[in-house]
Amino acid sequence: MNRARSDPAIAFSGRALDCMRGDRWVFSGLEFALGAGDVLVLSGPNGSGKSSLLRIMAGLLAPVSGAVQWHGADIADDRDAHAARLHYVGHLDAVKLALTVAENLRFWAALRGERDGIDRALDEFGLAPLADLPARFLSAGQRRRLAPAPPPPPARPPRFRPAGQRRRLALARIAASAAPLWLLDEPTVALDGEGVAAVHAAIRAHCAGGGCCVVSTNTALDLAGAAALDVGRYAAGPAVRP
Amino acid sequence: MNAFAAALGRELRLAIREPGEAATAVMFFVLAAILFPFGVGPEANLLARIAAGVLWVAALLAAMLSLERPFLGDYEDGNFEVLALSPLALSLVVAAKMLAHWLTTCIPLVAASPLLALLLDLGGGGYLALVAAMALGTPTVSLIGGVGAALTLGARRGGVLLSILVLPLLVPVLIFGAAAVDAAIAGLPVRQHLMVLAAMALAASALCPWASAAAVRQALE
Repeated sequence: MNRARSDPAIAFSGRALDCMRGDRWVFSGLEFALGAGDVLVLSGPNGSGKSSLLRIMAGLLAPVSGAVQWHGADIADDRDAHAARLHYVGHLDAVKLALTVAENLRFWAALRGERDGIDRALDEFGLAPLADLPARFLSAGQRRRLAPAPPPPPARPPRFRPAGQRRRLALARIAASAAPLWLLDEPTVALDGEGVAAVHAAIRAHCAGGGCCVVSTNTALDLAGAAALDVGRYAAGPAVRP
Repeated sequence: MNAFAAALGRELRLAIREPGEAATAVMFFVLAAILFPFGVGPEANLLARIAAGVLWVAALLAAMLSLERPFLGDYEDGNFEVLALSPLALSLVVAAKMLAHWLTTCIPLVAASPLLALLLDLGGGGYLALVAAMALGTPTVSLIGGVGAALTLGARRGGVLLSILVLPLLVPVLIFGAAAVDAAIAGLPVRQHLMVLAAMALAASALCPWASAAAVRQALE
């Protein structure tokens, strides 16, 4: 994707990225660029490398070749600084089941020296009534969605969709403290309509404030003005490599 | 520093919410030490002679039991990915895990050791030396064990592999730990043994968090 950008202020970009998992080429020659306030939506078939690309963007995975840059500086040069400016939500929800919903959030916020964003994040993702519930009860396998209701007694699991609530908690984590770059790997999986709307609203608010966001998805997202990148187009075997 | 305190607080909270791991380790320690008199017979002289070694070996094996969970748990539920991307250096994240392991598993083992020593009829002067040696030696166990736990992330039957990797490295701790107690019973100076144990703990605390963090990063790739 070579978007000719009029403004020189490209915040986050990748050049000539090659990725290999095991002994298989996932993609090669991939390019992307985002300015402040941009959303980039990654699409492509399963196995095309959306998650790998997000992990490369986060610095969790090193590309075989190519570079990812934040305002012109290679992220591999200072991984800690890059980590401090991004929020990553992967396939796994990173929720500790033995801690309560609020404790999970408070920990992630405290790591970033944040104290105030927790209540707002709980509200935003509809988790406020459950703040003091151990997170394990979020997966109680209940079918019905929680209506805005008084907090359920802790002894009884709340009426919730199983994975969806944990996903909400994972997403509330990123809303609880500020970071300019969001990397979200299929954030809407397992969420109901209301949860999806909350994610979209959070992304819009983040970008309106000048943040960047990269989202991978297999479903349509309601994000006006988002750039699209089809990772599948860069699929390459060794023979096709430049 | 606040972030480190938050990480340590989280580890301690998790250990308290799920006390099975630490409790299992202490129970194992107690049972292993109690089994010895049944195995070797109730001769007081013999028991007193082997008491220091028996307690140290049992404590090392017991400490292995609770090492895997704090690392494997965060690896399996995706927490390590996010921890690796937090502003807190990953070496401090794993250092918090090692410190929490020492506080929740090793301290109870140290506390239980004089009672078990009484059971094995350890000689008069040995009790204080035993507690001191255990208190100085077990940090090395938690630190080196944390490296082993990080190295075995993603391996099948990692718990067994962890013991195989870590226990040989803990032989020096065992030697000086048991020697300190023997020296105390024989009326010899204990100080140099304790100083070697402290030196090993200091060296391990300087090196192990980095090694462990590197192993975690490797596992996350």
